[in-house]
Amino acid sequence: MADIRNYTMNFGPQHPAAHGVLRLVMELDGEVIRRADPHIGLLHRATEKLAENKTYIQSVPYMDRLDYVSMMVNEHAYVMAIEKLLQIDVPIRAQYIRVMFDEITRILNHLLWLGAHALDVGAMTVFLYTFREREDLMDCYEAVSGARLHAAYYRPGGVYRDLPDSMPQYRSSAIHDEKTTTARNENRQGSLLDFIEDFTHRFPGYVDDYETLLTDNRIWKQRLVDIGVVSPDRAKALGFSGPMLRGSGVAWDLRKKQPYEVYDQVDFDIPVGVNGDCYDRYLVRIEEMRQSNYIIKQCIDWMRKNPGPVITSNFKVAPPPRLSMKQNMEEMIHHFKLFTEGMHVPRGEVYAAVEHPKGEFGIYIISDGANMPYRLKIRAPGFAHLAAMDEMARGHMIADLVAIIGTQDIVFGEIDR
Amino acid sequence: MTDSRVDKLATNLQQVLSDQQVDMSHALGELTILIHSRDLLGIAETLRNHTDLAFDTLVDLCGVDYSEYTTNTHAGYKRGDKRFAVVYHLLSVKHNHRLRIRVFVDDNEFPMLDSVIHIWPSANWYEREAFDLFGIVFNNHPDLRRILTDYGFIGNPFRKDFPLSGHMEMQYDPEQKRVIYQPITIEPREITPYIIREEQYGKEET
Repeated sequence: MADIRNYTMNFGPQHPAAHGVLRLVMELDGEVIRRADPHIGLLHRATEKLAENKTYIQSVPYMDRLDYVSMMVNEHAYVMAIEKLLQIDVPIRAQYIRVMFDEITRILNHLLWLGAHALDVGAMTVFLYTFREREDLMDCYEAVSGARLHAAYYRPGGVYRDLPDSMPQYRSSAIHDEKTTTARNENRQGSLLDFIEDFTHRFPGYVDDYETLLTDNRIWKQRLVDIGVVSPDRAKALGFSGPMLRGSGVAWDLRKKQPYEVYDQVDFDIPVGVNGDCYDRYLVRIEEMRQSNYIIKQCIDWMRKNPGPVITSNFKVAPPPRLSMKQNMEEMIHHFKLFTEGMHVPRGEVYAAVEHPKGEFGIYIISDGANMPYRLKIRAPGFAHLAAMDEMARGHMIADLVAIIGTQDIVFGEIDR
Repeated sequence: MTDSRVDKLATNLQQVLSDQQVDMSHALGELTILIHSRDLLGIAETLRNHTDLAFDTLVDLCGVDYSEYTTNTHAGYKRGDKRFAVVYHLLSVKHNHRLRIRVFVDDNEFPMLDSVIHIWPSANWYEREAFDLFGIVFNNHPDLRRILTDYGFIGNPFRKDFPLSGHMEMQYDPEQKRVIYQPITIEPREITPYIIREEQYGKEET
């Protein structure tokens, strides 16, 4: 009889289930995975090194491109680190705007994750629904910053500008006649806040739809329950954070435990899993979407009542208003210096972390008082999660590996940096 | 973290690590300890196991190249002529504390440090990353390979003496019908100059 040996198989880097450019070298015993060795770095752009050669403001758009499905939250950690070093205060309205857009981003991220995860596991329909909702939220991004994905909206000291009073409208075309166009524009007649409020009323119904499709679906449960189980202690030791940690039953959320901005002013709950398997992590993320929706509602209520500045009036950090810049020499000089030389950040070091949709996203800056960081380190949640891939996949079948990649919510922009 | 809680952590640390040589500093609500590389493993183990500290998660580990840092001291510590440092960010989920550890690596030519992988398993890829980008070798690491750079890459790209443009570029050669590597064809350039203001810049002399 011939020897039966393990054989090695290559997966990716161009594979539809690999969520980008994951290359896995697997050692297989039949269909059972004995070892999975992820090869990463195919999307490495040396963001940290680039940031060391750019002024602080010039690096903001790089942050969007890290985790390219939750853009504004990446910026949030970065501007928070700078603000902490500069020790400046952010206007309260800007903090509410940031919290609201963080939660919009969380929904955006979880919708993409849900659609892609379901698609990987074999449910095509959910993907189409989630992308319908993502479209609305990306319209919010576009209304506020002009870009649908890479917003560069958060700035050190606040946000770039206040929320707009009107929403862009659809125009009729060969595909959409006058009547359908009017119907499509119906919820776009008011301000951005009206549009988001309308969305928050619709959204819980949409989540119910996804749950009808998946939560009690027999195939879905067969594919997720008891797959990739991680115990609470092991999850902590492996550096897990976010839904991956909460799925294992650890009630840890930076928004609650180390509140930043106005998260201590808004009311929300953090869902926690029990078994630490893929199915629990799915349930945690679904509930997070509902909670995010609730936070957005509270932010809208507050913002309707409280107008105010949205960026600091310290002109060494934020540019002066356009009008005064054109009338006043002093402001003109501030503007010129800020955008050529950049701001100077005091010497020191700081670590600022936010509760990113994927986990703890941290920015560590070492400054030596110059107009650029001396060292910038990005702590990406996905990096620690993917490092645990080998441990989670061992003993599972190849088909389960796809479910594990899905549940880790891998995005290569942040892992490879 | 509020200041009173940081102070409490600092007192706890001082008690627990009283027999070690530890420099502690508290800035911007964050606590940093500077320890000697030979004490690293002992202190790391105490930090994780002691019930009052219980740093169960290694959140981040990164290398730093201090060769172009303007002053010899950093946030109060003396660096001497040491070039590389490794910075650990710890988190205690139990007590909701954070701590930063900085270790300067002794040898500038062949920087080597003990691996903390058996204390915090999450250190695995972070140490590979620091090895890849800075060339810091971690003793007793089971699988110290490059992680982020290309297969067959030469050099440590995050060292300050490595140019931003790199040394090699890659392109498709239609004659050979394959992807080839060649020396870079772009000139390194300075986009925005690196400027540090003197201490009293902009303030009127009195």
